[in-house]
Amino acid sequence: MDIAWFLLLLPLVATVAILLHLHRKPDMAIFASVGSAALCFLIALAVAFGGLPQPAPFEWITLPGLDIDMGMIFDPLSKGMLLIVTGIGLLIHIYSIGYMAHDPSRGRFFGGLSIFMFSMTGIVLADNLIMLFLFWEGVGLSSYLLIGFWYEKESAAQAANKAFVCNRLADFGFMIGILTFWFLMGTVSIKPEILALKHQENISALPQVGTIINPGEIAPNHTPYIISRHGTVPVTSTLLTIMVVGLFCGCVGKSAMFPLHVWLPDAMEGPTPVSALIHAATMVAAGVYMLCRVYPLLLLSPLGLNIIAVVGCFTAIFAALIAVQQNDIKRILAYSTLSQLGYMVMAVGCGGPDAAMFHLATHACFKALLFLAAGSVIHALHEEQDIWKMGGLSDKIPLTFWTFAIGMLALIGFPPFAGFFSKDYLLSVAHAYHPGFYWVGVFTAFLTAFYMTRLVVVAFFGPARTPAAQHPHESPRVMTIPLILLAIPSAIIGWPWLGLQGYFHGWSDGVLRVIQPGAAAAPAEGNILFEMILPGGIVLLGLGLAYYLYWGKATDPLNLKVLANKFYFDEFYDRSLVGGQQLAARFLNWIDSWILGGLIVRGAAYFSVGVGEIFRLFQTGSLQGYAFFFSLGGILLIYFTLFAH
Amino acid sequence: MEITLNHYLAVAAVLFAIGLMGVIMRRNLLIIYMSLEMMLQAANLTLVAFSRFNDHLDGQVFVFFVITVAAAEVAVGLALIVALYRLKRTTQVQDITTLKF
Repeated sequence: MDIAWFLLLLPLVATVAILLHLHRKPDMAIFASVGSAALCFLIALAVAFGGLPQPAPFEWITLPGLDIDMGMIFDPLSKGMLLIVTGIGLLIHIYSIGYMAHDPSRGRFFGGLSIFMFSMTGIVLADNLIMLFLFWEGVGLSSYLLIGFWYEKESAAQAANKAFVCNRLADFGFMIGILTFWFLMGTVSIKPEILALKHQENISALPQVGTIINPGEIAPNHTPYIISRHGTVPVTSTLLTIMVVGLFCGCVGKSAMFPLHVWLPDAMEGPTPVSALIHAATMVAAGVYMLCRVYPLLLLSPLGLNIIAVVGCFTAIFAALIAVQQNDIKRILAYSTLSQLGYMVMAVGCGGPDAAMFHLATHACFKALLFLAAGSVIHALHEEQDIWKMGGLSDKIPLTFWTFAIGMLALIGFPPFAGFFSKDYLLSVAHAYHPGFYWVGVFTAFLTAFYMTRLVVVAFFGPARTPAAQHPHESPRVMTIPLILLAIPSAIIGWPWLGLQGYFHGWSDGVLRVIQPGAAAAPAEGNILFEMILPGGIVLLGLGLAYYLYWGKATDPLNLKVLANKFYFDEFYDRSLVGGQQLAARFLNWIDSWILGGLIVRGAAYFSVGVGEIFRLFQTGSLQGYAFFFSLGGILLIYFTLFAH
Repeated sequence: MEITLNHYLAVAAVLFAIGLMGVIMRRNLLIIYMSLEMMLQAANLTLVAFSRFNDHLDGQVFVFFVITVAAAEVAVGLALIVALYRLKRTTQVQDITTLKF
């Protein structure tokens, strides 16, 4: 058996061990979970740098017309993602040792983390959509378990349900996407070479052989023929669009795109390491990763790509606006995550999967760092999350402050931190596609700088506003070391001479070269003004404005109710969807108890009883009465037989 | 006047009707039982008549069987009536109405 399988086996074994026995022995559980995460990281290093070979797939399901293997893909995309997942996963495992040190059920917590590592690694490495979907549900489960970790808290239990229901809703669309994929392509494999082949088959089914459909541009005579496993059938490209939109539905749920964004902020009810690992760095990025994985087929539907870009763009600015008026430190970061995920999805839709992956990688580092540092703040202030009840923390918990500041500068794209390079590259891709996306992106960058500066100024500077904020204590070393280890990549990982951007660009270039021979995808050559100066300037503007507005203030000088209430989306869903569902449930209950139960079931019984009551009257017990009726019946029978005609 | 099949059938019908009336109207179980036998003989009469006028002996053979079975049935029926009389001390049907709702 290949060593690479241990990437999946180790966390699974840790999970099962904790589930069956070790949850009662927290120290052993921590050892199993952190140990498996560390070994996974080592194997991931061997995969990425040591040339560990791709394991041979083994047969899983074999049906006529459907062969599903359990296999792994090792290509630049999955290797990069694997390093992010296992590396950040390991750091957060270590951080959790300190953060959860006083929780009596921390064994269960680490069990949840191990399920997550198992499922997430599976998503990254899966070589077909069915396997991917299996692990996709696995991360959904672990997300549910960990959001609801403190299940005795009503709000946490509710948030877990909400996340699960939102994801189920989206997975329904995802399943439609997978089925359409299978119908059209005759396979569920997502190996790069197979995707390229399918792309070419579909393109060459068009009348003009060799027509290259660029995203956003519909080829003339885009005639609706497609090669599926049923031969060349005249299905229109509508079906392709359905496939693309269906697959995107999965991303909408997992990556919390509008309109299913509501679950992610509520998911902050979970412990902070969970927010960092699952709801910021890795799981929510799985949607973006999945889109990048099937990118060659997304190219077949320009309309689908446009939908993806618009939804991503809208989510980016929408979430950034809400973040401006939030007061909970974790919720601000959650909306910021939504906004950054919107950026990535927009980049995929704009034809820049490499930009999306580059931003995903840097974002994973600095957002995990921000959440962990926020967790350190919360830990220091004894579970206080309202930024207006903090203040003056910068010199009392300096290590947390400095790491948070690095994360914040990376997030807002301040040069030369990681976010600067990835966000600017992303914006230049958007600009090359359509300037509209670029300008929305730039405005979002301005908002990002604004709300992050607001967060830092209010929480870390000025006078301490509550007693708890006066005497914070720095977190133990097991928590601060992961902070430092994350702060380093957050600062430097985007630097061009480290080659991360080139790495992902090389990947997408390779993909495009295979599917469009001869058409070497040129890097989006942006204008230096649009790519560097303008975003940089706008960041400074946002930073300065927030500093001017919030420095030394004890209450919020801006008071925008509509933003603070998240555009009333929760209320809207409560009224329309939840209310509507309640109404429908009441109606169905009425039908059940009166029509089904009353009329049909009990009605039939009462009918028999009633008829019986009537016939009972004839049972007089008089022998001659019976004889009379009997003979009467005989006479009637004879009468009808002989004379009725 | 020549006796035709219709005459026989008419006699049988009258016999049957008288028997039926007896079953419905008389109160004594023994009389009812006798009326019942009369209805049976009406049926036998039609069988014999048809047999005679169709030149076919099957009907008569059949009547023998009916008479044999009726004899056995009478034995059983009378035994039941005797048993009932011992139990209830009556053979009047209006007194035997336990089998009602």
